[in-house]
Amino acid sequence: MKIDTLTDSIGEWLRGTGPESDIVMSSRVRLARNLAHFPFVGRASEQERFDTEALLRQRIAAAPLGGSLEYIDVGHLEEIDRQFLVERQLISREHADAQGARGVAIDGREQVSLMINEEDHLRIQCMHSGLDLAGAFEQIRAVDEQIEKVVPYAFHPKWGYLTACPTNVGTGIRVSVMLHLPALVITRQIDKVFRSLHKISLAVRGLYGEGSQAMGDFYQISNQTTLGKTEEELIEQVGDVVPVLIDYERRAREFLVRETQENVHDQVSRAYGILRTAQTISAEETMQLLSRVRMGVLLGLIGDVTIPDINVLLVRTQPAHLQKIRGVELDTNDRNIERARYLRHHFEGGAEPAN
Amino acid sequence: MKCQHCDRQAVFHITELETGEVREVHLCEEHARTYLNQSEAAGEPPLGKPGGLATPLGVGQTAEELSVLDQKTCDMCGISFFEFRNQGRLGCPHDYVAFEKELEPLIANIHGATEHVGRRPQQAAAIVMPQEGTEGLTRVIGLRLEMKEAIACEDYEKAKENRDLIREIEETWLGPAVAPPPPEATP
Ligand SMILES: [Zn+2]
Ligand SMILES: [Zn+2]
Repeated sequence: MKIDTLTDSIGEWLRGTGPESDIVMSSRVRLARNLAHFPFVGRASEQERFDTEALLRQRIAAAPLGGSLEYIDVGHLEEIDRQFLVERQLISREHADAQGARGVAIDGREQVSLMINEEDHLRIQCMHSGLDLAGAFEQIRAVDEQIEKVVPYAFHPKWGYLTACPTNVGTGIRVSVMLHLPALVITRQIDKVFRSLHKISLAVRGLYGEGSQAMGDFYQISNQTTLGKTEEELIEQVGDVVPVLIDYERRAREFLVRETQENVHDQVSRAYGILRTAQTISAEETMQLLSRVRMGVLLGLIGDVTIPDINVLLVRTQPAHLQKIRGVELDTNDRNIERARYLRHHFEGGAEPAN
Repeated sequence: MKCQHCDRQAVFHITELETGEVREVHLCEEHARTYLNQSEAAGEPPLGKPGGLATPLGVGQTAEELSVLDQKTCDMCGISFFEFRNQGRLGCPHDYVAFEKELEPLIANIHGATEHVGRRPQQAAAIVMPQEGTEGLTRVIGLRLEMKEAIACEDYEKAKENRDLIREIEETWLGPAVAPPPPEATP
């Protein structure tokens, strides 16, 4: 598959549709699986990595997974293309930075991706737009069931699916929901909310930023434990808190509009103004401002932009996407200039500038 | 080994296991007490750091006991428990059997459970899926390692024996021709 064909499309999860999609960006389920007859990736020799990659690639290609999968040989990609797949959330940063034979199979709608030789031999991921954990799980389970017919998964009756890190053992499932929570950030309630999540052993991390420093008010909530509960129970554990968080965020948004309407309107309009006029702008600032504009659209303070529009910009203004769109490699300074130009043209509603 | 905070002998060796990061802490009895109290008093873990994964491993064991434990290795992939403690990643599926006793408290600490209750691979035509799990197939990891060693010692008889045995086990489990084709010239 040519990475370039992905440049023109956008992933299903960016559609900005699905239940509660004003707050829930996407729902994701991931399964960690390993072959029973090879060392885990971190301990495998170069030859063993090569063999596991070949075995999984061939058997996955032959499995009836419903719909076509495209395979990308990540081991032989340029750095910028690997970065592109990370920005697209089709592979993990670890997978991009790893060594040796590895790859990813992606379905045409970019909902399902199968990473081969990440930390585990196989990491299956399914991502849906909006709040749809049940749908994502149903889809991933079907994929998993087809693969287990042709691949011997490492499984132990007591420990369940065996994984390289004991933190994933058992079900091997990681359920996560990505939320856009700008009003909770502005009203400074976010820390309090997250402290309460930790108490019920859910993990929270910022989407694009490092550690807890969330970029653009996007947060990912996921389960921390994988053993001793069924997949359904673990999904419920995450799924149950989402309506609560949605409710908090909605109330915070209402509060902002009611109590500080002028302030909020001012903030949102300034953010929009900068995006439309800046001559040079970093990826971080772009994300921060897009987040504010996204909230402005949802509060009815900005009329001529749509949510899917902003979702797409969130991805396409990231470094590798920007360079792929432009078709040239750019250093940070040039990227900031190009990013500003891209945004200006986008908001002018005109055609995007030619290369 | 000395305590990280003073000159006394370190008797507590704690592996802090956090997602993607393993940190070792070596402390004398007194500093260990302070350290563990702190971790508890801190209560809620800092944002973004998954709580509950900070796992004191080997607390209450003497340095001697721990160093014996560290030398334990997996018969299949050869990883030692010490290497696992350092990297936070296991070497192969058999480690869950080889280090079961050592892993159990660690896993209990991480998950609050020691028994899988979720899905299981289903019996399917292509893959034999016995009740006792896939341990029988995992054996070939050790046989492959032995084969490599035999070749290195020019014991071709032994290497051939192992190769045939590996093929036999793989075919029993996966049907014929499961082995991937020989690598093409690496680009
Ligand atoms: Zn001390
Ligand atoms: Zn092992």
